[in-house]
Amino acid sequence: MSFEAVKVILINYWPMFVRGAGITLFISIIGTILGSIIGLGIGVVRTIPVPDKGPKKVILKIANGILAAYIEFFRGTPMMVQAMFIFYGVAGVFGVQLNRLMAAMFIVSINTGAYMAEIVRGGIVSIDSGQYEAAEALGMNHFQTMTNVMLPQVIRNILPATGNEFVVNIKDTSVLNVISVTELFFNTRSIAGTTFKFAEVYFITSIIYFIMTFTVTKILRSFERKLDGPKNYNIIGNQMQVERPEDIVRKDDDHWHGN
Amino acid sequence: MEKIIEIKHLNKSFGAHEVLKDINFHVNKGEVVSIIGSSGSGKSTMLRCINLLEKPSGGEILYKGENILDESHNIYNYRTKLGMVFQQFNLFNNHNALSNCTVSQIKVLKRSQEEAEAVAMKYLKVVGMDQYINAMPRQLSGGQKQRVAIARALSMEPDVMLFDEPTSALDPEMVGEVLAVMKDLAKTGLTMLVVTHEMEFARDVSDRVVFMDKGVIAEEGPPEQIFNNPKEERTKEFLRRILD
Ligand SMILES: Nc1ncnc2c1ncn2[C@@H]1O[C@H](COP(=O)(O)OP(=O)(O)O)[C@@H](O)[C@H]1O
Ligand SMILES: [Mg+2]
Repeated sequence: MSFEAVKVILINYWPMFVRGAGITLFISIIGTILGSIIGLGIGVVRTIPVPDKGPKKVILKIANGILAAYIEFFRGTPMMVQAMFIFYGVAGVFGVQLNRLMAAMFIVSINTGAYMAEIVRGGIVSIDSGQYEAAEALGMNHFQTMTNVMLPQVIRNILPATGNEFVVNIKDTSVLNVISVTELFFNTRSIAGTTFKFAEVYFITSIIYFIMTFTVTKILRSFERKLDGPKNYNIIGNQMQVERPEDIVRKDDDHWHGN
Repeated sequence: MEKIIEIKHLNKSFGAHEVLKDINFHVNKGEVVSIIGSSGSGKSTMLRCINLLEKPSGGEILYKGENILDESHNIYNYRTKLGMVFQQFNLFNNHNALSNCTVSQIKVLKRSQEEAEAVAMKYLKVVGMDQYINAMPRQLSGGQKQRVAIARALSMEPDVMLFDEPTSALDPEMVGEVLAVMKDLAKTGLTMLVVTHEMEFARDVSDRVVFMDKGVIAEEGPPEQIFNNPKEERTKEFLRRILD
């Protein structure tokens, strides 16, 4: 492998690399966001308390069965196969050609949704049931309790797992080249096929993938830290508003002991 | 006297385990009733049946004369009439003290943000927590959390307050501040049903004391009767054990 060749390839093909990386990032972002929304929605439905009897029980049982099947199926099959099946299956059955990019986003979203559903369920279960009961006791219904109390905490707790899904998606969108989506891997193959400089081309691509996943990981970390919020609070009605962190600490201390 | 809550032949089983057996009981408007009894006697289960956190296996629960176990009864609306205070506080960890007290007012009672905040501030003052409206639950001591939890329940302006051992999870030095708030509330004429191990509170503050044993109400009466002249052997035995 020669670095001279790497330079030449970059000069000649950088727009294709950039476009490919852009598509990869775009599909991964959309897939992760929509997948998370699917996962949260399923989490809400699957935690609806099932009554002992009545039509609501039957409906919930059926809904839970369908959701469980969806989760098992998409977790238990490779995304590459799902992509082929959906893209060519839909084309065959309905006689329509799907937009490749739309199909790609659809596949990544429902695939991510299956994984996120399990993550969200774990996140809901891990929050102590006392808060749920307190909300019930205040007259909130399941949906109100979920949106106002549980999910904000779940989202915070599953943020690391969601970031992980995002990173996985950046890497796994490469399988979408089987339906000819012009993401990074697909473009890389084209460039390699034209230049015959396989080592150099894939070296560049591996660096690009790494930069993307590394940056995303870092950004999510700092976002998590921000979400944790300030460690201290202000005592209201105190004329001296807090100026420096040291003062906050001191005032808190006074209060703990002086109260 | 107006009965706010009346329980008739209430039964509750968890599987084959019969936890409440034919409970008959009522709470009058403005009354403070303490429920005492050994751990495992069914006190919490009874309280939780009253606001339907547990589904009774049999019997009737009447709220102002209406059977709330009827299928047609709106349980969400009913629950807003009862305030519940839990042993473990159960504050919403993603809300600060103020919004713990406003979120259900806004979402369930459909009050405006301003109105909800005004009501919340009123009750946070009552419990002495109005200086801490910005504090998150994790930044508060147990006693402070419980006082916010009381303000949260009061902010719904319920007809009855249910307390399930509100001081049992507290460090001893914090029990006093919570009991003081509850005593003040009792004086305002609020209807209160209090499960407690604080015998002094039961004796000095309540109008009536209910002693539960193994899933039944073994004895009930005014505090003087229960504490000075218990009729049942089981009551005497329990008091002897707990008072020394
Ligand atoms: N969710 C539950 N499932 C099974 N058994 C329960 C449940 N809740 C309470 N019990 C049982 O019911 C009995 C009464 O419990 P509880 O009402 O909590 O008593 P107390 O509040 O008087 O200590 C206990 O034997 C307890 O183990
Ligand atoms: Mg109990």
